[in-house]
Amino acid sequence: MNSLFEYVLRLGDDSLILGHRLSEWCGHGPILEEDIAMTNISLDLVGQATSLLGYAGELEGKGRDADALAFLRFDREYKNLLLVEQPNGDFGMTMMRQFFFDAYRKPLFEKLQHSSDKHLAAIAEKSLKETKYHLKHSSEWVIRLGDGTEESNARVQESLNTLWRYTNELFFTNEVDAELVEKGIVPTMQEIQNEWNATVTAVLNEATLTIPTNNWKQEGGRKGLHSEHLGYILAELQYMQRAYPNMQW
Amino acid sequence: MTKKEWPLWEVFIRSKAGLNHKHVGSLRAADAHMAIENARDVYTRRSEGISIWVVESNNLVASDPSDADSLFEPADSKVYRHPTFYDVPDGISHM
Repeated sequence: MNSLFEYVLRLGDDSLILGHRLSEWCGHGPILEEDIAMTNISLDLVGQATSLLGYAGELEGKGRDADALAFLRFDREYKNLLLVEQPNGDFGMTMMRQFFFDAYRKPLFEKLQHSSDKHLAAIAEKSLKETKYHLKHSSEWVIRLGDGTEESNARVQESLNTLWRYTNELFFTNEVDAELVEKGIVPTMQEIQNEWNATVTAVLNEATLTIPTNNWKQEGGRKGLHSEHLGYILAELQYMQRAYPNMQW
Repeated sequence: MTKKEWPLWEVFIRSKAGLNHKHVGSLRAADAHMAIENARDVYTRRSEGISIWVVESNNLVASDPSDADSLFEPADSKVYRHPTFYDVPDGISHM
């Protein structure tokens, strides 16, 4: 297996699917300012997806570019986390999902910017600046909503309870990671998980939210086994390219 | 549930080092912190700035438009307040 291709594909798919999810908020944000903020973050993620999937295509060496990877694969070939394909729910749910993801992406890009693979390091360095802001934005909303009114606290706690089961997959590893860690191209997931735990504990405490004790976890996305939601996302995302092959605009 | 609007904030952006902050518009935010972030998202997404000031609109004191006659018109007839009566020596540029 081409391990680096698989690894970069995971990163690219996470950005693509979460970017698409956030774009669904466009025109529906709770206030104009937040509508623009979410659209900005969405575009940051789609931009990252373009770089990452473009590089994945090069690594694969079969002539597929970023567009071919984004628009012409079937659901089982997508390696994104289950977390990022979960529905937006209310604004609090979207912020909680974003927070879990950002708290994982920031330490990951911090380590990857020193990767021995120069191309991946450059993408990580550029994306890190964006991700730092995303994390600041999502953590502040989690704190505001958690430590807000009785209703906002109850609703965002509910989102936390719903999404918690998808957080373990953030730290999924298999032989792909083992090989790349060995070669010094990527960090160990343990480092990322330690930092994630620290960030999440600190923010959720400040938000006066309770971490669920139910430790039942769900995973599958990294192996191409997705929830039903991905199919609907891809139907919308891929419609134009499927209906009008090779169209450009 | 009562519908309460967040307060309005005025936004000032410095476009580059050495220039002054200029008023660019306003936005709504629950507090100063959120106002800065919203200003970043709404007013600097096309690289318009390197520094942001926000001030709650309530805190601005404005001149009364009905006083415009007495405040501003008297200046119109004071041409001598403009430094236009000097001969600029040769070799002085950017004047």
